Amino acid sequence: MSTMTDWDFDPGEKVISMKEWKERYEWVEDPQVSPDGENVAAVVNLGNGEFTVCNNGEAWESPCEKIWCLRFSPDGRLTAIVCQEMEWTMSVDGTFWDSRFDFLWNTRFSDDGAHIAAAWQNDLTYGMTLDDVSWETGYSNMSGMCLSPEGGKTAAVVQTIGLNEGEIFKFAEGAYTAALNGKTWPRNFMNVWDIAFSSNSEHIAAEVRLDRTTYTIAVDGETWKQRYDCVWTPKFHPSEHKVVAPVRVAGAWTLAENGVLIWKNRYLQLWQTLYSPCGKHIAAIVSPAYGKWTMAKDDQPWNNRFGEMVSDPVFSPNGDRLAVSVKDNGKWTLAVNDQVWGQWFNRVWGPVFSPDGRYVASRVESDGKFTCAVNGKAWEKTYDFCLDPVFSPDGDRLLVRAFKDGAYYRIVIPTTQIAG
Amino acid sequence: MGDPAVQNDAAVEAKVVDEGIDRGVEALTPERIESVINQVFEKETGARLQAYVETCVHCGLCSEACHFYLSNDKDPKFSPVGKVKQTIWEMVKRKGRVDADFIRNAVEVAHTQCNLCKRCAMYCPFGIDIAYLMLVVRRICHKLGVTPLYIQDTVNSHSVTMNQMWVKEDEWIDTLQWQEEEGRDEIPDLRIPVEKEGADIMYSVIAPEPKFQAGLIYQAAVLMNVAGMNWTMPATPGWDNSDMAMYTGDNEIMARVKRSHFETARRLRVNKIVMGECGHAFRSIYDMGNRQLGWKMPPIPVQHAIDFYDELLREGKIRIARKFEKSVTLHDPCNIVRGRGLHEKSRSVVRAMCDNFIEMHPNREHNYCCAAGGGVINCGPPYKQKRMAGNRVKAEQLAATKAEVLIAPCHNCHSGLEDIIHHYKLDMEVKFILDILYECMEKPE
Amino acid sequence: MHTIYQFVSGPLAWIAFILFAGGCIYRVAALLHTVYQKERFIFSYMSWRHSLNSIFHWIIPFASVNSRKHPVMTVVTFVFHISLILVPIFLLSHIVLWDEAWNITWPALPDGLADVMTVLVILSCVFFLARRIVLPEVKYVTSASDYVILAIVAAPFITGFYAYHQWPGYSFVMILHILAGEIMLIAIPFSRLRHMLFSVFTRAYMGSEFGGVRHARDW
Repeated sequence: MSTMTDWDFDPGEKVISMKEWKERYEWVEDPQVSPDGENVAAVVNLGNGEFTVCNNGEAWESPCEKIWCLRFSPDGRLTAIVCQEMEWTMSVDGTFWDSRFDFLWNTRFSDDGAHIAAAWQNDLTYGMTLDDVSWETGYSNMSGMCLSPEGGKTAAVVQTIGLNEGEIFKFAEGAYTAALNGKTWPRNFMNVWDIAFSSNSEHIAAEVRLDRTTYTIAVDGETWKQRYDCVWTPKFHPSEHKVVAPVRVAGAWTLAENGVLIWKNRYLQLWQTLYSPCGKHIAAIVSPAYGKWTMAKDDQPWNNRFGEMVSDPVFSPNGDRLAVSVKDNGKWTLAVNDQVWGQWFNRVWGPVFSPDGRYVASRVESDGKFTCAVNGKAWEKTYDFCLDPVFSPDGDRLLVRAFKDGAYYRIVIPTTQIAG
Repeated sequence: MGDPAVQNDAAVEAKVVDEGIDRGVEALTPERIESVINQVFEKETGARLQAYVETCVHCGLCSEACHFYLSNDKDPKFSPVGKVKQTIWEMVKRKGRVDADFIRNAVEVAHTQCNLCKRCAMYCPFGIDIAYLMLVVRRICHKLGVTPLYIQDTVNSHSVTMNQMWVKEDEWIDTLQWQEEEGRDEIPDLRIPVEKEGADIMYSVIAPEPKFQAGLIYQAAVLMNVAGMNWTMPATPGWDNSDMAMYTGDNEIMARVKRSHFETARRLRVNKIVMGECGHAFRSIYDMGNRQLGWKMPPIPVQHAIDFYDELLREGKIRIARKFEKSVTLHDPCNIVRGRGLHEKSRSVVRAMCDNFIEMHPNREHNYCCAAGGGVINCGPPYKQKRMAGNRVKAEQLAATKAEVLIAPCHNCHSGLEDIIHHYKLDMEVKFILDILYECMEKPE
Repeated sequence: MHTIYQFVSGPLAWIAFILFAGGCIYRVAALLHTVYQKERFIFSYMSWRHSLNSIFHWIIPFASVNSRKHPVMTVVTFVFHISLILVPIFLLSHIVLWDEAWNITWPALPDGLADVMTVLVILSCVFFLARRIVLPEVKYVTSASDYVILAIVAAPFITGFYAYHQWPGYSFVMILHILAGEIMLIAIPFSRLRHMLFSVFTRAYMGSEFGGVRHARDW
């Protein structure tokens, strides 16, 4: 297991050619890259209906009938969901879990990558498994699977009462609830959506619908006393036991904390709330006027407005800066603390802060060419495809992971080479 | 006068049993009705409703726009304004003090006698949007808990699974993998790239495709592969673009389902969403769902299949190997013709594939509705006879073409027209454009 | 009789014009205010080009499909509305009143033509009445108020025609005529006659939605 401090941030370029893979195999599927950029892997077809995973040119030993959802965990282990003899399991670096399932999907990693969870279906019952340990109870349906940030607990929305086609009145009485580690809340709801974990993994909160038109937030199965026209995903404070959620009151959106409205402004839309890492600030994507989008930090909307989309908001590690990708007139760019980058791109991915918050970088695409941009300046070198850039712990170096002409490139450059 | 069979159908219709409505109506009280109606009027509607109600001069000129009116021997109850009279006018006039029987009739009128096709908006000299008024009625009925059972069940599915047909997450992924395997028998390196972040196109479908018509996903995959598209399909909820919540007035669920769709496309960072041949889903992602969320236009461009096929053919990415031999006629679905003006593009695609194309009349923006859309077919079997009786004009219009094949580039139209053809015993086969395109296009040997 | 005449042509006329003008301004302002308050999104779709395109297709006879489907109705409607608006404004005896009161004047319609147009308005009203009684789809949606409105519109023309031709008792009918005209003016902003004000907006909105968003014709 590698930690970021071990990663190679010496400026330079490593190239792994995948051309030879294409000759060796029937085909090579979309490649995946490890977080440290040292490995590139893909599902490959061996012919005769057999597949394996090729990681830096080396194939996993046991071929499978099907392989999908190839993903590197944050700690660099390579996982895939694999099928052998009509049974599905998780392969981690080529080693299979003991459990077998009728279907397996939705791989989830803890923040540090130490824990791996997934959703399973066995004999038409549904549950989750965490590090190859499955929930004891299976449910007739499941959605909204999630893994707590440190990886100790799993949660999902489950159906506890069977519903036949057309049983709309039974449905209205409530057939769904949330399950934490497979154990359900004491009561059911008409709907439950979007479970959020507290940072210590002890609590979960979710959006619930009580009847056709009444929504609220439930924390550990207890609903807020207040009722709303609609709600969006709740968020726990990073250190205190309180929950905020966007709520719709009298046709307009605002923010509530433990049921009490804490923002004065009313918005046409408000979602994706996030706390700054220390919990001092709350930000959210808001629409202050029809067809206009921006960020609001502590109920103060930015002055810049964007016509199409605001996406992937993130606070700098110290909480002083707030960055977001924005779309206007068909073009994307980044905005940081209400300052919009000068250059617009065909596509821009979510912002990435350097650990000290000095730099903001993003993967960008124009005219089908990908590269990375830092603090508003795009690197002149372009690639066929790029992944999100990664800063070194001191922020002075930037790791670029990219593909060009059938080869994978791991490039480390001084951040200033792009940022100036 | 209409043929007796149609009149018998209408007589049978008088006793529709729909538990969703029956039990919903039982629970109504006059106070609840009054308060919900006034809440919707005061808080959720505004100048449009007021102007539409106050501007209408009761001239009846919208009547002939409506297939229900024309097919029911010009029974004025079925004229667009006649439906407004039976619903919104009375609610406004009586300030919401209407009884449960009134609501029972109103829900049937708004849900099963209007396809929200907006043809009448083109016939009203003032441009009064009667479809909007019927949606207000449906919204009121939704809030009163009185919605036809079948479509409510569909909305429940949307709310739980984010798709229309209770398709579970594993079933969806499994279907994609299965169709990919099937496709490899024909094109050995065919792929359905799942969850390919950064692809150019997210291809989205409605839930009946994985549920009943997986072959359409197969055909689309062949098309994408042959055309060399950089495309993907999501493995998460949000893959489904359909939306019956839009048609029951459950605007909150509509918003939630559309948010899931657009967020999925955003997460995959595609340049555009290309959708299959569905009309109502287009309306939902291009017109109504996005607006409910506050997006003036879709935040990620959406391209309907017709437009996409036309582009592929014009750019030579798809070539026609041999022309389709049977005679064809083309149905213009409301949501992509009156809703997006794709009628010339659909004709250019059809002409590229078919030598023998016969127009039905009227056509383009003025085409008669299929009587299935607007959530009407989704209200289920209790209303099927009424739907058949209510679209005799469509049957006559189809019969007059004498075409062998009817192209209906919309799922609801497709199903509705199949019912019409069966009911009126027309000798016609219904196809999607993709059925024919797949058959006629050049494919690698 | 003279004092009644003085009253209806003096203070009452003032009241009528004030209510008409004020009412119209109020109605339109209130409509736009409500849009601003409750459906502000509508403004973001409004387009001059598509609004005018739609309006022109509907104010030109036979430019819309539906107007071609009902040729008689189309002809009657256009003749009716044109006469309804032109006759009161360009009638010589009305202009004389403006001249006497305010010393302003403008060209008048020949009396003979105005007379014919008046008859056309009256006949149109008879046609509309017949439609309401005879055509099932119109009859079904007709309420008492529709007859009242029709009467309000027909009355000034019938009385005016009578008074102009100085048939027996015409001076009394003249008072009725003035009264009827005043009632009609007041009725415009306060009855369904306000389609005179609102139809431009509903048409423009539908035209903008169809033209700008839906890329389809709405005529």
